Amino acid sequence: METGTVTVKRGLAQMLKGGVIMDVVTPEHAAIAQEAGAVAVMALERIPADIRAFGGVARMSGIELIRSIMDAVTIPVMAKCRIGHFAEAQVLQQLGVDYIDESEVLTPADDNYHVDKHAFTTPFVCGARDLGEALRRIAEGAAMIRSKGEAGSGNIVEAVRHMRAIGDAVRELRIAPKEELVARARDLWAPVELVTEIAREGKLPVVLFCAGGVATPADAALMMQLGAEGIFVGSGIFKSKDPKRFARAIVDATTHFNEPEIVLEACRSLGASEAMPGLDIRQLAEAQLMAPRGS
Amino acid sequence: MLIGVLALQGDVVEHLNALERCDATAIPVKTPADLARVDALILPGGESTTVMKLLERFGLGRPIVERTRAGMPLWGTCMGMIVAAHDVVGLDQPTLGLIDITVRRNAFGRQNDSALVELAIPALGSMPFPAIFIRAPWIERHGRKVELLAEREGHGVMAREGNVLATSFHPELGSDARIHRYFLEIVSQQGKASTAA
Repeated sequence: METGTVTVKRGLAQMLKGGVIMDVVTPEHAAIAQEAGAVAVMALERIPADIRAFGGVARMSGIELIRSIMDAVTIPVMAKCRIGHFAEAQVLQQLGVDYIDESEVLTPADDNYHVDKHAFTTPFVCGARDLGEALRRIAEGAAMIRSKGEAGSGNIVEAVRHMRAIGDAVRELRIAPKEELVARARDLWAPVELVTEIAREGKLPVVLFCAGGVATPADAALMMQLGAEGIFVGSGIFKSKDPKRFARAIVDATTHFNEPEIVLEACRSLGASEAMPGLDIRQLAEAQLMAPRGS
Repeated sequence: MLIGVLALQGDVVEHLNALERCDATAIPVKTPADLARVDALILPGGESTTVMKLLERFGLGRPIVERTRAGMPLWGTCMGMIVAAHDVVGLDQPTLGLIDITVRRNAFGRQNDSALVELAIPALGSMPFPAIFIRAPWIERHGRKVELLAEREGHGVMAREGNVLATSFHPELGSDARIHRYFLEIVSQQGKASTAA
């Protein structure tokens, strides 16, 4: 019997495809998320919009909180560690969470290096803004990739940019002549083995989700049509006026992203409930941006 | 013969690809109209609580039950086994009740206990099957008409009752196609039987 193999670690992400992973800060939130049809929850002390407002240093969540969320639901539970903070990751593995998100939403612990994720049995998801960043994370052992849309902004533009950047780069590699692949790997700052694999397969070797800025059912449908294999929703649910309805509507729109009549029904089910307030990312100061953390 | 893979959520593409490697024709099933086209159905891996809710919301639960009771071959992998089961130990979780087994969810543990196991499956011959278990359920109880086809650590992990097959692991994640072929054989037998009738 072998645990923690690449197949087993990437495999759990494959089971989450087509689903919605929701940020939750209490066991009650987690139960609402599960009831709405979430495929997993991300256990956090504060949702990203509040981390943004609160300022200071954002660290791994308290163990009691994560444990109480693990006890509240039967779906997988993910938790975040700071970029490069392998000791936080060791603690989360010891606790037994199902996935670790090495996340730019928390304050980075190391401004040069990410965690060596091959060293862990617990699989990791990491953010990426483009194909090179995705491949560097996969080379470090990430078993799942997500876009790095500006968390807590309620603004989908960054996630769209990342999904398009990754998709375009994969399509370019697919038609690139073989003799160009070493130079392409150099330009991407990525291992040539992974670049060659993408050129051959025409897709990432791990599951790709969208994260950052999803606030409405139509946002979810947009990202799925742009090639996301599933959706992370952070502040979009529990910063909306009606979390139960938003959670369910985003699940429905993710499942049937290609059927506008069902997405319409999901939008209509929200009634007069408002989505979370949004931010114009261009007006954020450099120091407030989370997406450029780690690269 | 057209095989359907339930495509509400989960590892749908992996099953479609595995079926293609076996030269079977397969489509994703998202609506009752898709279901009406297929001769057999696979319930893939995924999250069982999510998929049960989506089956209900989008009107697919009842037609799947009716078709399966009328003889349509059905195979559930992991989540699919839970959805097809009679009931779930300790949880008030609805299921479709297509095979007379009681399952225990996440029975082998959480993700850190997910594993690749060389599994003896006598029905497939003497070569062990490389079975990938992910937060996998096991079979806690099975009815008299259910045939247990494989066990791990003393618990059932593969079972068949007539036209319904269930595995608590994921053959679609590996390259060994023997269980997909075994299911296609059930489909072809069922096809012959219904033509004869």
